[in-house]
Amino acid sequence: MDYFAQQAINALQLGSIYALIALGYSMVYGVLVMINFAHGDVFMVSSFFCLLLLLVLPVPFVAALIIVMLATAILGVAIERLAYRPLRNAPRVSAIITALGCGLVIQNTTLSISPYSQRMPELFTPVTWQFGGVSISSLQLLIIGVSVGLMIALDFFIRRTRYGMAMRAIAQDRITVPLMGVPVNQVIAMTFAIGAALGGAAGVLYASAYPVISATMGVLVGWKAFVAAVIGGIGNVRGAVLGAYVLGAVEVFTVTVLPSTYRDLVVYSLLLVILIFKPYGLLGRPAVQKV
Amino acid sequence: MSKIPALLAVTATSMLLAGCGGSDPDTVKVGMNLEMTGDIPAVGASSKNAAELYFNQLNEKGGVTLTDGPKKVSLIVRDNAAKADQSASVAQQLISSQGVVAMVGPNSSACAIPAGEIAESLKCVMISPWSTNPKTTTDQATGAPKRYVFRGCFTDPFQAIVLAKFVTNDLGAKKAAILYDVSSEAPLGQATLFRDTFTAAGGEIVAFETFTTGDKDFSAQLTNIREANPDVIFLPTYYNDVPLIAQQARRLGITAKFIGSDAWSSPEIIKLGGADVDGSYFCNHFSTQIATDEAKKFIADYTAKYGQAPDDVAALTYDACGLVTEALKAGGKNDREALREAFAQIREYKGVTGTFRFEPGSGDPIKSAVVLQIKDGAFQWVTNAQP
Repeated sequence: MDYFAQQAINALQLGSIYALIALGYSMVYGVLVMINFAHGDVFMVSSFFCLLLLLVLPVPFVAALIIVMLATAILGVAIERLAYRPLRNAPRVSAIITALGCGLVIQNTTLSISPYSQRMPELFTPVTWQFGGVSISSLQLLIIGVSVGLMIALDFFIRRTRYGMAMRAIAQDRITVPLMGVPVNQVIAMTFAIGAALGGAAGVLYASAYPVISATMGVLVGWKAFVAAVIGGIGNVRGAVLGAYVLGAVEVFTVTVLPSTYRDLVVYSLLLVILIFKPYGLLGRPAVQKV
Repeated sequence: MSKIPALLAVTATSMLLAGCGGSDPDTVKVGMNLEMTGDIPAVGASSKNAAELYFNQLNEKGGVTLTDGPKKVSLIVRDNAAKADQSASVAQQLISSQGVVAMVGPNSSACAIPAGEIAESLKCVMISPWSTNPKTTTDQATGAPKRYVFRGCFTDPFQAIVLAKFVTNDLGAKKAAILYDVSSEAPLGQATLFRDTFTAAGGEIVAFETFTTGDKDFSAQLTNIREANPDVIFLPTYYNDVPLIAQQARRLGITAKFIGSDAWSSPEIIKLGGADVDGSYFCNHFSTQIATDEAKKFIADYTAKYGQAPDDVAALTYDACGLVTEALKAGGKNDREALREAFAQIREYKGVTGTFRFEPGSGDPIKSAVVLQIKDGAFQWVTNAQP
C-alpha cells in the first residue's frame, strides 16, 4: 500500500511538469493550428535562465519563478514576432520546419555557451516527511501545488476574461474574428507569452526537482509533453492537463508491474490504442473543415 | 570559360593528394573521433587535451622517426556528438577524405562499435582509449577479433568481475540492485556481467531496473529498489546521470552505497553530484595517487597546461597515442597496412596507466584496474585489482 502511495506521488510530480509544458503546445495549436516544436527548447532554456539568475542574484523561490516566467514569456513573444508571424499565411509545413529550426537554434546557442551539464543550486532546502513507508518532500508538494495553481488560473483566464474569449474566438475562426475588431496579433502574441511563461515555470520546477540541467534535455521532455497534449486532444487546454497526468501515471505504474525496460513500449502502445479509438485525443473534438 | 577546366584539374589533383595521405610529405596525420558535444563532452575534451599534449611533446622532440626520416604528427579532431551514426560518418570522413594513417577514439562504446566497423572495412587502424565493451574489437558476424581495431583499456567482463568481487569481499554485500541505461551499449554489458558474477559469488540481485538515455526521473525505478532493500546499488551509467539518480535515491530515503563503473571517472561527477555521491565506490583505469614516475610527469605536464588533473580518459588517450607512435616507429612507414602489422606485433607497452600486455591476435590489452572512492570531493584510491 505504501509502495503504491509512493508511486502515486512520483506520478503526480512527473505529470505536473508534463502538464505545464503540454499546455504550451496545446494553446498554440488551438489558436494557430501549428505545432510549436521549439517549445521543448524554450522550456530547457528557461531552466538556464533560472541558473543564471541564481548565479547573479540568489533570490527566493517565488521571485525566481516570476522573473524566469517573465523572461521566458519575452522569449516566446520574440520567437513568434520574428520567426512565426512572417509565415502565418505560408504553407503549414513551413511553419513547422521554422519551429524545428528555432528549437535547434536555441539548443545549439545554449550548447555553445554551456557544453557541460550544470548543477542547479538549491532554491530552498526541501524538507522530507515520512508517513509510514511513504516519503513526501516539500519540493514535491510545491511542484504539484504550483502546477495545479497555474493551471486553474489559466483555465479561469481562458473561460472568464475578454482576452480568453478572444483566444477562443480566434481558435474558432481566424478569418472572420479580426473583422469584428479583435486585435489578432496582440492575442496571438499573448498566447505565446502565456504558453512560454508556463514552460518557464516548468523549467524552474524541473530544475529544482532534477538539478542537473543540460542543453539537450528539452528534446525528450518536450516530446513527452507533446505526446501528452496529443493524448489529451491537442488544442484543448483541459485535455493537455489530463493527458499529462495520464502519461505520468502510465510511465510510473508500468514500472511497478512490469520490468522497467517495457516502460516506453507500454506508453507508446497506449498512445496508439487511444488514438485508434479517440483519434482526436481524450477530450478533443473533430475540427470542422472550412471550405 | 577556359579557366573552369583548369580549376577542376587543380581541385581533382588536390583531392587525389589528400586521398594519398596528405600533400605534406613531412607530416603524419592522426585522426581523432571524439565526443566533443552531446551528453558526455567532458570525455571528448579530456581526450583531445591529452592527445594534443602527447603529440606536441613528441613534435618538440623532433617527431616520429620513420625509414625516410623524422615526421611531425598532425592531429585532425572531429566531433561525433556522442552519437553512433555521427561517429560512423566521422570515421568515414577521417579515413577516406582526410587520409589519416590511424584513428584515435571514439571513447564511448556506443560510438566506438560503429566507428570500429567502418575502420575495419576501410582497413585503417583505430584505437579506442576508453571503450570497454567487448563488441568494439570483435567482428559481429564471426565473433573473431577485428584486424584493425584495438583498445587502450581493460574490458567489461574484467571490470564486472573486479566490482562483483569487491562488493562481496570488501564491502560484505549480500544483496545488490542494478539500475542502468538500457539503450547504451557499455552499461548494458556491464549490468548483465555484474549480475552473473555477483550471483556466482553467492550474492543475490534483488532489483534489476532500467531507464532510457535522456531520462531525468528515476523515482519509479528507485521506489522499486527501495522495496527490495539492497546493500549496494550498482549504477553502470555515465557520470551525467549518476548525480540525479543518487539525489533522487537519497530523497526517497535509500541509504545503500552506490557502486559504479569506469564511466563515472570524470571529476564532473563530483561537481554535479555533491554530497549525494559521497562515499560511493567505482572501478577505474588509473589513479593519480599511485602513479609511477612516468605517470607523475604526465600528471604534472597535464595539470600545468590545462589547470586540472587528468582523468582516466586523458591518461588512456595519452597511452593510446603512445601505442600509435610505437607502432608507427616499428612499421617505419606512413602507411596504414604497415602500421597495422606493427601494432599487432606489440606485446608489451609501459604507459602512464600501467603495463599493457597484448596476446597475439587480440586487440584487447591485459591490464590492472583500481577501485576508487568518492570522498570529501575527491577520488580516493582504495585498492588494486590484478588480471
